[in-house]
Amino acid sequence: MREVAVLGIGQTPIEEHWEKSLRVLAGEAALAALQDAGISRVDGVFVGNMMAGSANHQQQLGAYIADWAGLRYANALHVETACSSGSAAFRAGVMAVASGVLDVVLVVGVEKMSDSPGDEITAELATAADADWESAYGVSFVALNALIMRRYMHEYGWQHEHFALFSINSHQNALHNPYARFHSPLSLQEYLKAPMVTPPINLMDASPMGDGAAAAVLVPVEHLHRFPPKPKVRVVASTAATDTIAVASRRDPLWLSAAERSARQAYAQAGVGPNDIDVFELHDAFTIMSALSLEACGFAERGQGPRLALEGEIQIGGRIPICTRGGLKARGHPVGATGMYQIVEVVQQLRGEAGETQVEGAKIGMTQNIGGSGSNIITHIFRVD
Amino acid sequence: MEIPRHWRLKQQRYALVGEVCPHCEEKIFPPRDVCPYCGNEAKTQFTFSGRGTVFSFTTLTEAPAGFEQAAPYTVALVKLEEGPVITAQLTDLGDRPVEIGMPVEMVTRKIRAEDEARGVILYGYKFRPVMETPK
Repeated sequence: MREVAVLGIGQTPIEEHWEKSLRVLAGEAALAALQDAGISRVDGVFVGNMMAGSANHQQQLGAYIADWAGLRYANALHVETACSSGSAAFRAGVMAVASGVLDVVLVVGVEKMSDSPGDEITAELATAADADWESAYGVSFVALNALIMRRYMHEYGWQHEHFALFSINSHQNALHNPYARFHSPLSLQEYLKAPMVTPPINLMDASPMGDGAAAAVLVPVEHLHRFPPKPKVRVVASTAATDTIAVASRRDPLWLSAAERSARQAYAQAGVGPNDIDVFELHDAFTIMSALSLEACGFAERGQGPRLALEGEIQIGGRIPICTRGGLKARGHPVGATGMYQIVEVVQQLRGEAGETQVEGAKIGMTQNIGGSGSNIITHIFRVD
Repeated sequence: MEIPRHWRLKQQRYALVGEVCPHCEEKIFPPRDVCPYCGNEAKTQFTFSGRGTVFSFTTLTEAPAGFEQAAPYTVALVKLEEGPVITAQLTDLGDRPVEIGMPVEMVTRKIRAEDEARGVILYGYKFRPVMETPK
């Protein structure tokens, strides 16, 4: 196996890009990453996307994106694992380069959601759940998270307000990220008074949809001397694990077993533990997922995720800064692109390019991307020399 | 609506027919042929009683496409008395507040009606509060 490095990164702002199509967005991020890497040709293109088949009536995203980005003839394909599609495509790229099969790989995560009406997007998001046993009964994706959150609050005694700091932290950090969907601070009062969506989840617990694309270029570390010099950001762990597709079938619906398994394997691969992680881009699609991810990855005891937020440990300067560029809550959640945004943001942190929200001296960064309601979870650890 | 997909699940949708594992005796719903508890083959049918308690619940006002007519409606994770947890809508609630732990029982109700020309209606299980029997 060859060691893999991230040579280039690129991203588009997340917003409702009415004037830009799926391929234009993907192309922008791809070209930004190629430019950042200082290259123009690649051997492979891996595209992460969840819903283009229904939301944009486009499949065949490998050829579609490679063609548009001027990379025709490259080996190109599409990878889908619902909300973790971006990280799944990245992991596929890592495996291709590590194995020696491909030398230069471009990974693009893209989602173009604003082309479909809201109720159709809600139904399409629900395809990440079990079609026969969850969505067939009118259960939306938000509702599944609400079911988990209500039970969590019931079992561990937390009140709704105890989740506020997850969203407040994300909004605070997004103020300084030009690519973020929101550039508005969030107060405790605003959080508490936000309209209820699917109780106990209110609008400020939930991440916003959006259109966006993020990309990265991967090469073997042993080839780095062939390219323009960059901070050497290595992929030191790439892991994935699955759980039951339906929440109801889990041994414990309040525990992300796939997050625990992928994190434990990632720590072993990288030879580090939770205390060594300087920055963590987790999957705050809903505030409850921040708590569950922190617990499963060993940063908090079972049922105690909100305590880390309440004690100020998730902010820049805290024990484990999360969502340092705004997270899903305020940077935005263009579903199949999200994992690639997380990776791009951690690379920014390790390169020292995170501006106002730079974590001082960050050397080791982690991303965790949750597909479905916890059914396919992908963890990466990066290290800069 | 895709008729064969729901038709082939009619035993489950109408009668909560699941499985019991012949090896570890755990009850399984929905049926999956490989026991999630011990990993052995489990194809022995088992009909659930339809009684359980509310494990968690929420109410949808913004429904997915196809369910707009039904909104607002309450969905729950119901822990069946035989063990498994299933996802379903609650019904016949009236003004009654839902609580975790509330006893519920299965009833057959309309899940979804197609508004296109064919007019297909999907029936299946929902759960209602257990009626108090007069003493």
